[in-house]
Amino acid sequence: MKSKIGPGAIAGFIVILVWCLLPVAWIISLSFKSLDETTTGSAQFLPKHATWDNYKVLLGFTSDKSTSHDFLAALRNSFGISIIATLLAVVIATLAAYAIARLDFKGKRIVLSLALAIAMFPVVSLVGPLFDMWRTFHLFNTWPGLIIPYMTFTLPLAIWTLSAFFREIPWEMEQAAQVDGATSWQAFRKVIVPLAAPGVFTAAILTFFFAWNEFVLAISLTSTTSSRTVPAQMSFFVGPDPFNPPYSQLATASVIVTIPVIIIVLLFQRRIVAGLTSGAVKG
Amino acid sequence: VSTTTAPTASKQAGSRNKVVATDRAIAENRLGQRLVAPALILMVLVTAYPMLQALYLSLFRYRLTTPDDKGFIGLKNYGVILTDSLFWKDTLNTVIIMVATVAVELVIGFAFAMVMHRIIFARGLIRTAILIPYGIITVVSAFAWQFTFSINNGWVNAWFTWVPGISSTTNWYGDHWHAMFAIMVSEIWKTTPFMALLLLAGLSQVSEDMLEAAKVDGATAAQRLFKVILPNMRAAIMVAVLFRALDAFRIFDNIYVMTRGAQNTESSSFLTYRQSIEQFQLGMGSALSVLLFLTVLLLAWLIVKFFRVDLAQARGEG
Repeated sequence: MKSKIGPGAIAGFIVILVWCLLPVAWIISLSFKSLDETTTGSAQFLPKHATWDNYKVLLGFTSDKSTSHDFLAALRNSFGISIIATLLAVVIATLAAYAIARLDFKGKRIVLSLALAIAMFPVVSLVGPLFDMWRTFHLFNTWPGLIIPYMTFTLPLAIWTLSAFFREIPWEMEQAAQVDGATSWQAFRKVIVPLAAPGVFTAAILTFFFAWNEFVLAISLTSTTSSRTVPAQMSFFVGPDPFNPPYSQLATASVIVTIPVIIIVLLFQRRIVAGLTSGAVKG
Repeated sequence: VSTTTAPTASKQAGSRNKVVATDRAIAENRLGQRLVAPALILMVLVTAYPMLQALYLSLFRYRLTTPDDKGFIGLKNYGVILTDSLFWKDTLNTVIIMVATVAVELVIGFAFAMVMHRIIFARGLIRTAILIPYGIITVVSAFAWQFTFSINNGWVNAWFTWVPGISSTTNWYGDHWHAMFAIMVSEIWKTTPFMALLLLAGLSQVSEDMLEAAKVDGATAAQRLFKVILPNMRAAIMVAVLFRALDAFRIFDNIYVMTRGAQNTESSSFLTYRQSIEQFQLGMGSALSVLLFLTVLLLAWLIVKFFRVDLAQARGEG
């Protein structure tokens, strides 16, 4: 079956590439159109006169810093909040996943089922009560105010992915190393860590994607650029005329926040696919 | 080299296990529970606690603009919601979006999986291409598609004038079904890769020998697809449908960016958000949160019962 690649497969290959990449090409093209061009309306795909102006405005290379100030603050918040939420979730989930994969204990199934149930949980349900609670706890519009509720989806995802990875690790090798004369610490560091690291890393990437993508909590629990993340900031970025949003600048912001995603995908595509599928389908 | 030593080591561990079984088992049990405790406590704390708070608030007349007016009103909020046509309209919208997007994604996702399964060149390229929509921020996808369908900047109106019903002046955000279509396209584009990858994993577990045997027996391509491939992928398909259906039911980002609920495109999540955050109706919003939670629970239960998916078993955990 694999030996013959018909014209169908090749056509399919091209269709997939176009379907997946056309919208990306579109926002890239749009980001090089001038603000005037999109305001008056430009139905063609490629810009009439490609320009770097939007990038200069958003990244702060012009005299007017108001737009770039907000955008860069949002980028900082997004990176900070996503990375902290990812690290916390992955560390806590690693302990849990190790226990689930390797130890026999009561309530193992409950932990996995609960993680799955919480992963399906409608996050928007938390928005009202959290909005109320966070104002009393002074967590409204702060980094921890977002990082804590982000645990509702980062933790289950990390637990689910990691326990799938850990079940594949040949744990007997640790004992084998000890039989061969390694101390427990050496066995752990030289045998288990190298075996487990790829799984932990993959779980971290997937968790980061989710945190980086989060929108509902980000628009509900923040009010200023001191904690607003990129998706939230972009949705509030309407420009002076609400009936005519600054298309090309929004497209530029879209391109900039997509660059980290593309880099991660290019470097780790094989791992991401393994992580996505191992968590869901096995056996 | 090390794999040859592994079985003996595990055998030794096994025999040691038997000698001190009870002590070891108790210690293992305790260690296991201690290791999962932080995750378990944190998960319950961040979801169950606010959810209970929502349950409590839902019994009150509570609006942040008039906090002194807070008062216990029992199940009145639920009564108001369940008799309001807006709630049912939004629920219907959500169900339409869920059913339509999951159905279309299943078909496109399966086609993608078939292609990816057969292609032996440029696998890295195709994997990268398919992961970009997966990794992209939903808000960015919503903007990209909003601009795509834009009346004076988009390429849909420029390129597809030959399709009946589309002209250079079609206003995609001017009426309900056009707007719903645009929202669903964005949702489908963003989440098809996930579906395709899950289906691809299922597809690679269908044995080649079985397909070969079916071919030798004279099965047509369609017969091989419906009698061999699909039945053997049942578990993978069910898991993909469950994950995606529940995810699609929570649709919010696309609607918020593309229409803000205009043209009656509001979803259940959007209604809950609007009541709680934009209207400061915390009592009513909390009641909607509880109802949304119950709906998702019911939906998950229905899918699991109807398709008999046991996720833990599907993973060999049971």
